[in-house]
Amino acid sequence: MEDKKDIMQGLEEKMESEPKISIKRRTWLKAMLGIPVLGFFSYEVINKWNFEQQKKNQVIESLGLENLNSPVTIKNVSAKPGNLLRIGIIGFGTRAQQLANGLGFMHPSDVEKKKKNNSLNGWLGQEYLNVALVGICDVFDLHAEEGLATAQNNIRPGGGQGITIPAKRYLHYQDMLEDKDIDAVIVATPDHHHARITIDAIKAGKHVYCEKSIALTEEELNEVYHTVRNSNKVFQLGHQITQNTVFQKAKEIIKKDILGKITLVETTSNRNTASGAWVRHIDANGNPKPGDEKSIDWLQWLGSRPYVPFSIDRFYSWTKWFDYDTGMIGQLFTHEFDAVNQLLRIGIPKSAVSSGGIYYWKDNREIPDTLHCVFEYPDKDLTLTFSASLASSRERGRVFMGHDASMELGESLSIKADYDSTRYKQKIEDGIIDTSVPMISINPGSGNIDAVTSASEKYYASRGLTTTNINGRSVDVTHLHLKEWIDCIRNGGVPSANIERAFEEGVACLMAHKSYIEKRRVEWDPVNRKIV
Amino acid sequence: MKQNINFTFMQKFVLLTLRILIGWHILYEGISKLLIPNWSSAGFLSESKWILSGFSSWIVSNTGILHIVDFLNTWGLIAIGLGLIVGLFTRIAAISGAILLMLYYLNNPPLIGLEYSIPTEGNYLVVSKTLIEAVSLLVLAIFPTGLFAGLDSMVSEFKFSNRKKRS
Repeated sequence: MEDKKDIMQGLEEKMESEPKISIKRRTWLKAMLGIPVLGFFSYEVINKWNFEQQKKNQVIESLGLENLNSPVTIKNVSAKPGNLLRIGIIGFGTRAQQLANGLGFMHPSDVEKKKKNNSLNGWLGQEYLNVALVGICDVFDLHAEEGLATAQNNIRPGGGQGITIPAKRYLHYQDMLEDKDIDAVIVATPDHHHARITIDAIKAGKHVYCEKSIALTEEELNEVYHTVRNSNKVFQLGHQITQNTVFQKAKEIIKKDILGKITLVETTSNRNTASGAWVRHIDANGNPKPGDEKSIDWLQWLGSRPYVPFSIDRFYSWTKWFDYDTGMIGQLFTHEFDAVNQLLRIGIPKSAVSSGGIYYWKDNREIPDTLHCVFEYPDKDLTLTFSASLASSRERGRVFMGHDASMELGESLSIKADYDSTRYKQKIEDGIIDTSVPMISINPGSGNIDAVTSASEKYYASRGLTTTNINGRSVDVTHLHLKEWIDCIRNGGVPSANIERAFEEGVACLMAHKSYIEKRRVEWDPVNRKIV
Repeated sequence: MKQNINFTFMQKFVLLTLRILIGWHILYEGISKLLIPNWSSAGFLSESKWILSGFSSWIVSNTGILHIVDFLNTWGLIAIGLGLIVGLFTRIAAISGAILLMLYYLNNPPLIGLEYSIPTEGNYLVVSKTLIEAVSLLVLAIFPTGLFAGLDSMVSEFKFSNRKKRS
């Protein structure tokens, strides 16, 4: 070792004593040592990149999905000067706030909140729809005031103008419908008012955007259906999932028959919070939320439902009672059904069976907290299931099961080839497709985590119902859904959640509900168009 | 940086190899973040445990800050990696690299009781490969490896001859 050191030292000394020109060359060589390393590095990076692309393309090309990554574009037709649309909102609770945001209106306190967590710019980047929020109707003074403050706040996204027409409060929705200065209404009341208000609004010549569920009885559903069909007004049901870019990709995948024959679709709901179980009349500190008989028109709130004394519990947590909703079927399964129906066009099932119970939330509720619904489509060789729990948030996706592959679709999309697939047999044997990892996965939202705060919001986000990523920008899907409705009002056309889809969904939900209540299997009679 | 210590060829060779290997690793970490569309540190940061978890969740909750952090992280890694490979501003690169790696380490140290949903490829207790890499960079920072081989040697030559000219 010592010898070696001496030799090295000697070598260096010898080198240093060499002529000047040689020192310079040696310094150069020393200095540039890293360059060949960098060259080799670049060569390897390019090789790896090519290898990955080739591997990816092999699967994608063989599936005919080359265009899957092409960017989604939004048609910009709404904002033309002079075609201002005057909109009224009936029922101004939490959902209406989100709808107002989608239209381009935000409550001053929400603007402040968004400024604080730096998310206001996302909203300000939203397209200006050239609408005026001119009417607010709510039976609760506080909600109506919040609605007016929202409508009158003059911060607009997309470089829009401030207030064009001052907003007005209506005590009764009928007064709003009589007003000739309103072109269209959004119905965001509790579910037991949806059908009646929609029918009256269409008859009064207004276009309607109605939140789900559309109707709680067959009679109401039929009446809405016929009223909308016999009118020339644009109706859109509040199911924003179709607007998600990931959903557009799923459509392409179904069209290209990547999954093979689909015989089973499993949908689920998994929530485990008080708010998620519709215990909503108590605030975070355990105190009852505001509202009393003085500030709430209780009789109008009850509408056609049986009289019960004023209850703050019923006012906020109405989903718990069958008089006002069908529970998880109306609130959660509606979105699931819509997602499946928009993709597979399954329509009305032949039969439905529901079963469940109240096993965890043993309060004053009527709706089950654990529920299973099974729908049969013998003519389509398909079963659709809905499995829901309000007492466990274990993530279970929405899965389309085909013979060749299965697809899980939520805010992202992932497709796994089936180990026993016929179509992919050769590729699996050749090692091109690995069945233990997704064959295709699309996550348009990766890289963009939005400030999703509450547990319920997280639930909706996981099911693709809050925002979507368009060309790197996070866009509110409710905004896109409203925009589709507004574009159809202005330019004609039929929106995605139109009355036909709404009717199919309404029937499926009422079948499941009837089965749960009557504890029997129910069927659809296509001739008499009746649930039997 | 001009030192009078004479290093043996082996000492220089091993230190240089270490520098180039770490540089390679860090550069590729940076490049791969560039190549992944929509890559974000949000996933890593939201997993953050221990003393930096509050700071990290603040970054994640703040879209603007998150974008800045992502940008700095990616380009920082690339700059550090390049610096180490070509031996330019080697000491600055090594120290910055050590700080960056310590930040990674402090965000998910393998301490008893801290559990992560992202699985690790080995088994670690207190000491992880990240920590070792950070300390290795400190080693590189205290040896003038840029002078053994690297653009630093030219920089110093240039400075040296300038000084000579002036005197």
